[in-house]
Amino acid sequence: MKKKRYFSRGAIFVLCAIFALAFLMPTVLTISNSFMAESEIKSNYGMIFSTTTGGYVSETVNLKFIPDRVTAAQYVAGLIKSPEYLIKFWNSLILVVPIVLFQVAVASVAAYSFTRWRGKIRSGIFFFYVILMLMPYQVTLVPNYLISQWLGILNTRWSIILPGIFAPFSVFLLTKFMRRIPYSLIESAKVDGAGEWEIFTRICLPQCRSALYSIAILVFIDYWNMVEQPLILLQDADSQPLSVFLSSINAGEIGLAFAMATVYMVPSLLLFLHGEEYLVEGIANSGSVKG
Amino acid sequence: MQSFLQSLCFLSPSLLGVGIFFIVPFGVVVYYSLIDGVGSRNLVFLDNFIKIFHNSAFLMAARNTLQFSILAVPLAVVLAIVLALMLEARIPLKSQFRTFFLSPMMVPVASVVLIWQVLFNYNGTINEFLLLFGADKIDWLQSDYCQIVVLILFLWKNLGYNMILFMAGLSNIPKELLEVADVEGASELYKFFAIKLRYLSPTVLFVTILSLINSFKVFREVYLLTGDYPYEKLYMLQHFMNNTFRSLDYQKLSAAAVIMAIVMVVIIALLFKAEDWFGKDVEG
Repeated sequence: MKKKRYFSRGAIFVLCAIFALAFLMPTVLTISNSFMAESEIKSNYGMIFSTTTGGYVSETVNLKFIPDRVTAAQYVAGLIKSPEYLIKFWNSLILVVPIVLFQVAVASVAAYSFTRWRGKIRSGIFFFYVILMLMPYQVTLVPNYLISQWLGILNTRWSIILPGIFAPFSVFLLTKFMRRIPYSLIESAKVDGAGEWEIFTRICLPQCRSALYSIAILVFIDYWNMVEQPLILLQDADSQPLSVFLSSINAGEIGLAFAMATVYMVPSLLLFLHGEEYLVEGIANSGSVKG
Repeated sequence: MQSFLQSLCFLSPSLLGVGIFFIVPFGVVVYYSLIDGVGSRNLVFLDNFIKIFHNSAFLMAARNTLQFSILAVPLAVVLAIVLALMLEARIPLKSQFRTFFLSPMMVPVASVVLIWQVLFNYNGTINEFLLLFGADKIDWLQSDYCQIVVLILFLWKNLGYNMILFMAGLSNIPKELLEVADVEGASELYKFFAIKLRYLSPTVLFVTILSLINSFKVFREVYLLTGDYPYEKLYMLQHFMNNTFRSLDYQKLSAAAVIMAIVMVVIIALLFKAEDWFGKDVEG
């Protein structure tokens, strides 16, 4: 009996290890390939990314983990020699950071309202938020486009930032966190004569600090990865974020593409390493649509 | 009354924004879907919808999206449960495994499509493997296999998130129940189907909705892998929308958006009903 246990645990461990390798491989490969020289990239992947004008000379594809010679040449080329990628990186930041900050701010006030007062109308509104949260881009982009046109903000960053700020995801998740704050805490503050705003800022927000962080991480990844909105709402090539721009790197610069792809991962990977526990907590709490 | 006003105060920034950027323009979208042109404004009721349902590009996009969802959603749910159950076992490096499984969600798709292109190119690594085993090469992205390439990318990216949801669900199952089952000599399989799955049913519902929505978003992966004009089987609803945006046919756009909104509401309602039905003897 005991032997059997150990055996099945061993099997599970091996299975987990295989899965883990598969999950890590694309990320690790991208990072390690970014430290290869362009000539090595060409000899490894020439077959794939060769174009009629490319003039690559390689017979086989050689997916390699470890560079022959580690070099930062691609980073130098992408980040120092020309400002193009830095500008696109900045474009991404300038879109995403305001969305994260203001979405969380707007949501925290709204979530307080949903937590503090219940009623038929408000639970109706909350339900509507959930439905809105679940709508795919195919539905929400058309209204976003129309309103941007009327407000005259089409083709400017505002056409992405403003709808982003009011996206209901944070409201939903933060409400679920806030409803866990013991009611007695709010009640006793009220007895002490605190106003609603004071209860909100002095009691509610400090209690939700980790929740706010985990929601901010989730919103950040969502928008850092965005492609659909800038494609439709930002026609201007200069203001495209790096996510869209990366796909337009042409076949002659694959080494550079690996390096810039790595640069693009860095902010979200750093957030992940720093806030994994918060992230997990945030995801776990999003786990049911009701109440 | 005073409390109602107070609650409105706190809610108003969000409600105002949602109203301006989502509700009001969506109302206009509904209106646009019922008229024959922004200029003439004659009510034509269902004409635009009938036209959409006769539009071959829309039908193809809808079929492809549906096909992908049917493939992707069950896999995203089942494999995530498998991962979550595996991490319940007492094995070493458990928290590291969780980190590894979750890490793809933090990696922007744009950053890893290069690897997918290397793997699934006609001269790529996967085909080299196939040759080793004497199989024929497959032109992954330019054949009917193309959805599989995107499916793998989709699962890679989304399984970790779903797994966390299931792990949270599993940890909510009353321990006593499982202990009793152990004492009674229940098999792992029985424990899973009779106890765990019952308690997981709300999570299964949520993950299903979430995966369904994510499978509608798979345009992003397709676009980054293959650009504006992918192989026919990868022409998704969002491709249709993008192309219609380019021609600025408001009637077509609006009708398509309204149809999709209705489909989503119906799907969500059905899943809610399903959860009520499965979960009724668990809650409370």
